[in-house]
Amino acid sequence: MVKFIVVRILQAIPTLFVIATLTFFMTRLAPGGPFDSEKNIPAEIKEKLEAHFGLEKPLHEQYFLYLGNLLQGDLGPSFKYMGWEVSELIAKAFPVSAQLGLFSLLIALVLGLPAGVVAALRKNSAYDYCLMTTAMLGICLPTFVMGPLLILLFSSWLGWLPPLGWYSFADMILPSLTLGLFYGAYIARLTRAGMLETLNQDYIRTARAKGASPIRVVLRHAIKGGLLPVVTFLGPAFAGLISGSFIIESIFFIPGLGRFFVTAAFNRDYTMVLGTVLFYACLIIILNLVVDLIQASLDPKSREP
Amino acid sequence: MSIESAKSKDFISEDPGGSSLWKDAWIRLRANRLATISLYFFIFISLLTILGPEILTSSYEDQDLNNTFAPPGKESLFGTDNLGRDLFARVLHGGRISLAVGFLATAVSLLIGVAYGMTSGYLGGKMDALMMRVVDILYSLPFTIFVILLMVLFGRNFILLFIAIGAVEWLTMARITRGQTLSLKQAEFIEAARALGYSHSRVLFRHILPNLLGPVIVYATLTVPAVMLLEAVLSFLGLGVQAPMSSWGSLIKEGSEKMEIAPWLIFFPGLFFSLTLLALNFLGDGLRDALDPKAAKD
Amino acid sequence: MLFLLGGCSAPSNVENAIEEKILHFGLGSEPQYLDPHLASSVSAHNVIIALIEGLVSEDPKTLKPIPGVAESWDISEDGLLYTFHLRKNAKWSNGDPVTAHDFVYSYRRILNPNLASQYASMLHGLKNARKYHEGSRVLSVEILNAGRGYSNRSEVSLVGSGTGFLGQLETNTSGSITSVQIIDAGKNYSSYQSIEIFDENGTDGTIRPLIGSLSWEEAKVGAVAIDNHTLQLTLENPTPYFLELLNHYSWFPAHPPTIKKFDAFEKQGTPWTRPGNYVGNGPFILSEHKVNSVIEVKKNPNYWDAETVSLEAIRFYPIESADTEERAFRSGFLHLTQTVSPDRIDFLKQNHPEVIHFEPYLGTYFYRFNLEEPPFDDVRVRLAFNLATDRQAIVEKVTKGGQVPARCFTPPGTGGFSPESRFRFDPQKAKALIQDYLDEKGLKSLPKIELKYNTSEGHKKVAEALQGMWKNHLGVEIQLLNMEWKVFLSTIEKQDFALARAGWIGDYVDANTFLHMWRTGDGHNNTGWSNVRYDELLELAAKESDPEKRFLYFEECEKLLSEHAPILPIYFYVHVTLRSPTVKGWHPTLLDHHPYKYVRLKNVDANLW
Repeated sequence: MVKFIVVRILQAIPTLFVIATLTFFMTRLAPGGPFDSEKNIPAEIKEKLEAHFGLEKPLHEQYFLYLGNLLQGDLGPSFKYMGWEVSELIAKAFPVSAQLGLFSLLIALVLGLPAGVVAALRKNSAYDYCLMTTAMLGICLPTFVMGPLLILLFSSWLGWLPPLGWYSFADMILPSLTLGLFYGAYIARLTRAGMLETLNQDYIRTARAKGASPIRVVLRHAIKGGLLPVVTFLGPAFAGLISGSFIIESIFFIPGLGRFFVTAAFNRDYTMVLGTVLFYACLIIILNLVVDLIQASLDPKSREP
Repeated sequence: MSIESAKSKDFISEDPGGSSLWKDAWIRLRANRLATISLYFFIFISLLTILGPEILTSSYEDQDLNNTFAPPGKESLFGTDNLGRDLFARVLHGGRISLAVGFLATAVSLLIGVAYGMTSGYLGGKMDALMMRVVDILYSLPFTIFVILLMVLFGRNFILLFIAIGAVEWLTMARITRGQTLSLKQAEFIEAARALGYSHSRVLFRHILPNLLGPVIVYATLTVPAVMLLEAVLSFLGLGVQAPMSSWGSLIKEGSEKMEIAPWLIFFPGLFFSLTLLALNFLGDGLRDALDPKAAKD
Repeated sequence: MLFLLGGCSAPSNVENAIEEKILHFGLGSEPQYLDPHLASSVSAHNVIIALIEGLVSEDPKTLKPIPGVAESWDISEDGLLYTFHLRKNAKWSNGDPVTAHDFVYSYRRILNPNLASQYASMLHGLKNARKYHEGSRVLSVEILNAGRGYSNRSEVSLVGSGTGFLGQLETNTSGSITSVQIIDAGKNYSSYQSIEIFDENGTDGTIRPLIGSLSWEEAKVGAVAIDNHTLQLTLENPTPYFLELLNHYSWFPAHPPTIKKFDAFEKQGTPWTRPGNYVGNGPFILSEHKVNSVIEVKKNPNYWDAETVSLEAIRFYPIESADTEERAFRSGFLHLTQTVSPDRIDFLKQNHPEVIHFEPYLGTYFYRFNLEEPPFDDVRVRLAFNLATDRQAIVEKVTKGGQVPARCFTPPGTGGFSPESRFRFDPQKAKALIQDYLDEKGLKSLPKIELKYNTSEGHKKVAEALQGMWKNHLGVEIQLLNMEWKVFLSTIEKQDFALARAGWIGDYVDANTFLHMWRTGDGHNNTGWSNVRYDELLELAAKESDPEKRFLYFEECEKLLSEHAPILPIYFYVHVTLRSPTVKGWHPTLLDHHPYKYVRLKNVDANLW
């Protein structure tokens, strides 16, 4: 177990290196630069402007400089938010996104898991159809529709909740709900599928045959195996959630990481793109590791994660 | 851990023949009423989007600047949009593109994802680690920049759309497949099959694949709407459907911005989109049940 | 549940604002810089004018120059020398007096080529400013090989390869060249390793230029602090709009000790613009800055005219989505929005006419043709497209925001100049022109033409509508291609398009800011159009101080534009915004400038939303 984790952490180093390298060259190859704007400036001035940020050097030199700084934990200055370091911007925005992500995940799990379990146990019943139809609607209503819809209902018409911001607890409800409903629908669908798969497994049938109470069977055995696809889905999904959702953060004007993540690419804010990508990569790596660990513990048979 | 029964052996010894498996599945699918209705509905929608635009008198791109934002009525069944174009024609036209993109891209991601995930899970060990780190890397690369680069390198090509979508959508599929494979690998019936000396490919395709289809089919039905909506995002970057052509994703996206002024602009595309996917979802569930190798025993 | 109720029954920002005197401002986007010498965006302008005041200030209604840091000024007869008398009570927010030296220091900073300011060219009207600014110059030359042909000349012309006259050398001759002194060398020499010297018979020598930058003193830039409170600015040409120009942030002062403290004189990205560090001389002080969330400024007690300032604070929110901004406004989170989503205009106009405002905005929305490739290399095709464009229908049925159809390029009334309407709608004539072209080329129809635009709902709508019009009137197939912004920018720069969307917002209220972009080789031309007479006219206008004559030159420019049609003007911008009726002292202005010191918040009985 400990060895497994250590090996994976060691594997993370080359993985991150490859990600940094690919991202570095991808961003530089994309047309346009951080200082391109509608106002064209003379080439000489532009050269000097880029020289402020080392962008005039040959690409490979810039690359090694960046790697060197990265090793010292320096993500560099942002090219779009002048006077701010990438690392401090991430440090400020991440807690916001993480909070939103955790709330959403909580909502998603609370709604999605029981719905999926019930639908699986009462397969092809009215419950099942209702729950799964609702879930499918949740999936078909993308967040950019669901968000404004919830705002229309709870803010514009009922006046219960604020339509934007991130200041008080009330502000957090609508965005968390929007995201939570969407992911909850996914979880419900996947839980149902996983549960059905395990309910048919022989060991469950045996347990039932041995006279274990149905609830006990479900809770002790079926859920464990049934959660496998859910957990696998949740790893990257959770990384995505806590690193921020651009759409939700834009709709609700939340100062989270998701807006930095996406706008950095549009702004060609090279250091910011790299910083957020590497940060996200770390989350993905950690969470996929966690998924593999959970998977090993959930699945009695797969001891080798 | 001790509850595994010896029953799986029976299953192995039965050696489900390929053709009869699919034939049985078809029969079982037909027995499922909801799935059958869904299948017909789905065929109906597909035909509507394929034939509809040919029959319809109004085209998706005919503008009438004097008749903008007309609500649904006799003139135009679903109303008109900001340039006075007939929404019905646009929904049908958009359906063509969305269904094509949705299915092709999902098929691509399904193929790559399942093959990759199964291989990784089945091989295990160092190969698995390497293959999963590649997935980690692909998860992390900035999608926007990736798409922009694709377009710079290859121009605007419709095939690129599938590559771009496939590139992101197969990853979770691969991880789910791998997880299931890892778990199945140790199941007794698989070990038994290995002990019987069956080849790797036979074990993979005959024994592992049918057993992991459940979650995979469900995830695939979830991928279709995701892909159709992703198409709308890609058209922001200039890849995908170009104006004035429509797609369900782009119609929904535009409609959501005009929700309060012209609710029909979101309602009808959303309705077609949801109903189609609902049908697809029930069809997927039916298919899952029908393909379940153990279900026959119930 | 208590939480919930507490959250929603709380009065909104706008309701609280009357008492708190806080203006909640929709900023649209996060500014890249808050440094006046580096800023380059509207959002930066909106924040900076709260923090810094220039020599002159603006009348809130007309934007005419009124005393700012300078309490008065004298202008010489020839319009070249401006003497500003600075008020003695003008202070920086840390209490330091604002002096004429601070302004000179600031001009030195922005013109310093090493700072690489994107807007430094705004100061090129100052005498010798361009010479100082435009980077490296030839300081001295090393003689590698000088032939005898030069021995009997005291002056040599430098001729670059294909670029013409670039500078002059003075030679000290006694049989052969022994030393040279540079009188005037063009900037293009900075990129040469060696220069060949020509005489009538051909190459007659080689010299190597030694490159370096000119010092401020050597350049003799026309900005001199006579004493602490007197500033003298000398101009290159008489510039009738010079005082208005001073209200652009590039002319604003920065606090020298602060700049020095953060080593920001020729460095970018220093933290001097953070709250706590920022020292300004405007009516407000930077008090909070959360990137992508809020920028807050608070009243500056050290401001010389603090009495006039009614607001206690302004909070700027960089809300990028127009729909979110509107929702924010409707819930009382904002007093005013940056934009209104085009699709919402009709609805708001009908239901909430008291909050939606349509204000003229100095800008032109147009398309560029690429003159270097067929079919737009032929003027008939360009004219036909222009004639087949129903601008009236575009503004009435598509944009709907009260925009004005553009029948010339410079918005009418720009600094008193109103060009004649020359771009007409005449589909018959358009058809005839196209037919003429097709017959001559032996074509049946025009090939499919690509129209490129950057992704945006508004641009898409206009493009789709024009596509329909041109298909109707000209029978031409247009392929629309939307692109991500930066990709689009690089496409335009490379002139890799047939037809592309564009927009131009004036930097100051004079036709020059519009017309100069169509000069030969201008960085913003990007059409491949070049016209000697046009270039000449602009030069004549620059040297002319009589407004009547200038306008005649401009009129001829407009005429040339309409005859050669390198562009297709569509409409003149209108600034559409939502503004709470509680905001008083806010007037529509051409540049969308609103001096905050006159803004007040007052209760009104209007029932909001």
